[in-house]
Amino acid sequence: MSDTAPIAAQGAGVGRSGRVALWARSLGGGLAPVLTVVAALVALWYLACIPMNASQSVLDASRAGIEVTPASPSDRRGMSGTALALQNPGVALSNAYVQDRPKLPAPHQVAAELWTGLAGAAPTSPRSLIYHGWVTLSATGLGFAIGTVMGILLAVGIVHSRVMDMSVMPWAIISQTIPIIAIAPMIIVVLYSVGIQGLVPKAIISAYLSFFPVVVGMVKGLRSPDAMQIDLLRTYGASRGEMFWKLRLPSSMPYLFASLKIGFAASLVGAIVGELPTGATAGLGARLLAGSYYGQTIQIWSALFAAAILAALSVGVIGALERGLLARMGMRR
Amino acid sequence: MTASPVIRAKGLNLTFQTNDGPVHALKDVDLDVSKGEFVSFIGPSGCGKTTFLRCVAGLETPTGGELSVDGMSPEEARKARAYGYVFQAAGLYPWRTIGGNIRLPLEIMGYSREEKAERVKNTLELVDLAGFEKKFPWQLSGGMQQRASIARALSFDAPILLMDEPFGALDEIVRDRLNEELLALWARTEKTMLFVTHSIPEAVYLSTKIVVMSPRPGRISDVIESPLPRERPLDIRDSREFIEVAHRVREGLRAGMEAA
Repeated sequence: MSDTAPIAAQGAGVGRSGRVALWARSLGGGLAPVLTVVAALVALWYLACIPMNASQSVLDASRAGIEVTPASPSDRRGMSGTALALQNPGVALSNAYVQDRPKLPAPHQVAAELWTGLAGAAPTSPRSLIYHGWVTLSATGLGFAIGTVMGILLAVGIVHSRVMDMSVMPWAIISQTIPIIAIAPMIIVVLYSVGIQGLVPKAIISAYLSFFPVVVGMVKGLRSPDAMQIDLLRTYGASRGEMFWKLRLPSSMPYLFASLKIGFAASLVGAIVGELPTGATAGLGARLLAGSYYGQTIQIWSALFAAAILAALSVGVIGALERGLLARMGMRR
Repeated sequence: MTASPVIRAKGLNLTFQTNDGPVHALKDVDLDVSKGEFVSFIGPSGCGKTTFLRCVAGLETPTGGELSVDGMSPEEARKARAYGYVFQAAGLYPWRTIGGNIRLPLEIMGYSREEKAERVKNTLELVDLAGFEKKFPWQLSGGMQQRASIARALSFDAPILLMDEPFGALDEIVRDRLNEELLALWARTEKTMLFVTHSIPEAVYLSTKIVVMSPRPGRISDVIESPLPRERPLDIRDSREFIEVAHRVREGLRAGMEAA
């Protein structure tokens, strides 16, 4: 059998160098298309600013004494942004990106506001996006943890008990058909009446949204071993506990991580929604709410982007954990 | 081979209830297997050869008749870990190394740390995979994976080895070599082997006893005691005795099909 050894060794070598090559390719060949798409989106965004902000651009120009068509504000009222921009191209273009409260802020305005929020104030100051991001992230994290633990426990119950399978799953599905925007104020009001406020109500709303993908993913994952693998353990006289720890749980790991990524995004949405009805003073949700009260569109957009960056970073962390764990388990090739 | 049978089936019946009505997977199966025999089960799909093996393993419960394994009921034999089972696919856990896969039954059976290490090493040598302990299954070829799964079934040294078309998915060349190795393994360990196959040459080459089965209902149509010596080089397949036995198996299969 000595002739088979080099074959296996070669196969292993191919796998490894193939992985490196793939990495290099995705870096070199993958970056250009990604940047192209980003550039196209930014260009489209800049273009969209012109008609979106046209009515304010024309108004500002006419107040500054520049002649615009039509000259009367009442004639302009019914016109679309596109029509106004086409009739006053110079003014619409020059004023599109400099307004204080544009309908659609330009990317560089959002970026500047985002930068001020991230770097322009001490991280503990209420003017800092890091401060608001942290408030939201802590509620998200707590809710995500509660939701994940609950989701895994429910999935274990569903897989091992027919009664739970029949009774819990329908309720889990129904729970997700209720709009969170309807149930979030109720949760907050009910908990406030029993003296719980602040982090916990938001975390509960987060957990409410994030347990579901974990349940669905883990039920699928825990059931993923095929009949043969289960029979194999039965031939060893394995108990249900051993079947769980040695077969079902390891098999479910790829499913768990897919669920965790969805669950985290849902958690973040839950925490932000949880900040809206309380009139909270801190958190990205509060920033969104304050921005929309005062028509501060740039603030809204920067808070939105802060939330998106937060989600991207967190999902990236989960992805790194996944890669680390699966590599340790030998399941990544 | 005069000792009392290791496996004894008497009037064994198994009927599956399906949506299309009952299916008679096994009908009145009588069979004795003595210690140290190599018994092959051959027949077309649906003849019940795998079902019989699963009954012996306690994975299916017969609906009638008697079946004893090593003097116990199949259920007791399963709990007593009286047999190792090799499935059609290697079914190694991708998250365990080859060593880890072989250690799996030993962990469940509660062997000590030293004994586990010792047994993993020994069985890997037995199937000629020494040095592959730390590799993951995907780093091995299909034939090597199936050898590892045989090692896994051998690791706890059960007196009986049940094999359900273990080489069915492998190509002819690999299969020939594994057949040769399996015979050597059998000679060294003196285990009782039950081996399900689709291949006539494989059955004749390996077995001391060939059980020919036929479908609808699944039953035994012939039991052939092989006249071939225990020592079998691969080229025994060109000998007159070998061809005669193969011919008898083919006749048995044909007769079974016509009766059905």
